[in-house]
Amino acid sequence: MAAELHVALVAADREVWSGEATLVVARTTSGDIGVMPGHQPLLGVLESGPVTIRTSDGGTVVAAVHGGFISFADNKLSLLAEIAELSDEIDVQRAERELERAKAEGDAAAERRADVRLRAATAR
Amino acid sequence: MGAQLRVYKRRIRSVTATKKITKAMEMIAASRVIKAQRKVAASAPYATELTRAVTAVGTGSNTRHPLTTKAETVTRSAVLLLTSDRGLAGAFNSNAIKQAERLTERLEREGQEVEIYIVGRRGVAHFNFRERKIAESWSGFTDEPTYADAKKVAAPLIEAIEKDTAEGGVDELHIVFTEFVSMMTQTALDDRLLPLSLEEVAKEAKPQGEILPLYDFEPSAEDVLDALLPRYVESRIYNALLQSAASKHAATRRAMKSATDNAGELITTLSRLANAARQAEITQEISEIVGGSAALADASAGSDR
Repeated sequence: MAAELHVALVAADREVWSGEATLVVARTTSGDIGVMPGHQPLLGVLESGPVTIRTSDGGTVVAAVHGGFISFADNKLSLLAEIAELSDEIDVQRAERELERAKAEGDAAAERRADVRLRAATAR
Repeated sequence: MGAQLRVYKRRIRSVTATKKITKAMEMIAASRVIKAQRKVAASAPYATELTRAVTAVGTGSNTRHPLTTKAETVTRSAVLLLTSDRGLAGAFNSNAIKQAERLTERLEREGQEVEIYIVGRRGVAHFNFRERKIAESWSGFTDEPTYADAKKVAAPLIEAIEKDTAEGGVDELHIVFTEFVSMMTQTALDDRLLPLSLEEVAKEAKPQGEILPLYDFEPSAEDVLDALLPRYVESRIYNALLQSAASKHAATRRAMKSATDNAGELITTLSRLANAARQAEITQEISEIVGGSAALADASAGSDR
């Protein structure tokens, strides 16, 4: 069995996902970062973007994360986000509508949020 | 039916109706307390992880930040008071307001100007009635606050503290909220939110003296702290909002329970009085009949003679 790390993906108001994983890829302000078991202790600022978690049973969990932090120590990884949604929680049609509306109104932040949701939903 | 008895019957009916209403409110509040408590519990993992992260940056680097640096002389501070939108919660709001007044008095005695920020219509009404200045106020979400609400509240406060004092910024930020201790106990308390003392946060985060690893900061310790501290403040405010909401519902439940109990007592007393009035009426009727028949008997006995 490969080495594992414990992942906790928590949003401000709930724990979104937690479990064992072999690889976590997230987007920090200075670029994408992949964390595997035994990584050096790390604390980084996350950008809005999809987070990919490869679980130890071979599955993949994708979540849309809007802002937050990644912290890793003692083989425990926490992803803190103000808003986080798992890809299967995302309502694709609603996100598409949001994207169009945001584009029409020129709301860059809303556009990025909708875009991240869509990318996470399609990466499933 | 006599007039007295009718009045009692009417009052019993009205008190019974009131009792039904307060009983319903009590049960609604009870279910809301549980919901609010669950929300407090659900927000705990985020708060714990965030505290850990703040501790890690605070102890792992020598970064200075306006949000953690204590001003040498504090000239102005902000007080954030959390009340509820609706009353019928016993002394819940007045306790919080009193606590805020005490804190304001203390700060003013120390020679500081105090700016007050209020959440909840009750607090706003209190200060408006006394024609006191409110820096900013929010309402409409005190029963079920969301994280977005906490962000909305935190934004102007963080902005005020980052501004220079000379330009109208504040040096310190205090928060007054009602801590949810248990179903029966809720205490209004004040707390200094900013500037943050990293030592205290560290003490809170690792009670058993665990040693934190040396973190690699991405992109840099300053940037991480920059992003982290506002989130920490937001999460603290969010927690305070949730606790206040839970406390408010618990206070409502208790107030409504005693109202229901009082209504029950009142109904018992009124029923006793109504029974006594009915009995008195019956007694009177009997004595009237007896008196009447005795008078008749006397009259007929007289005519016989």
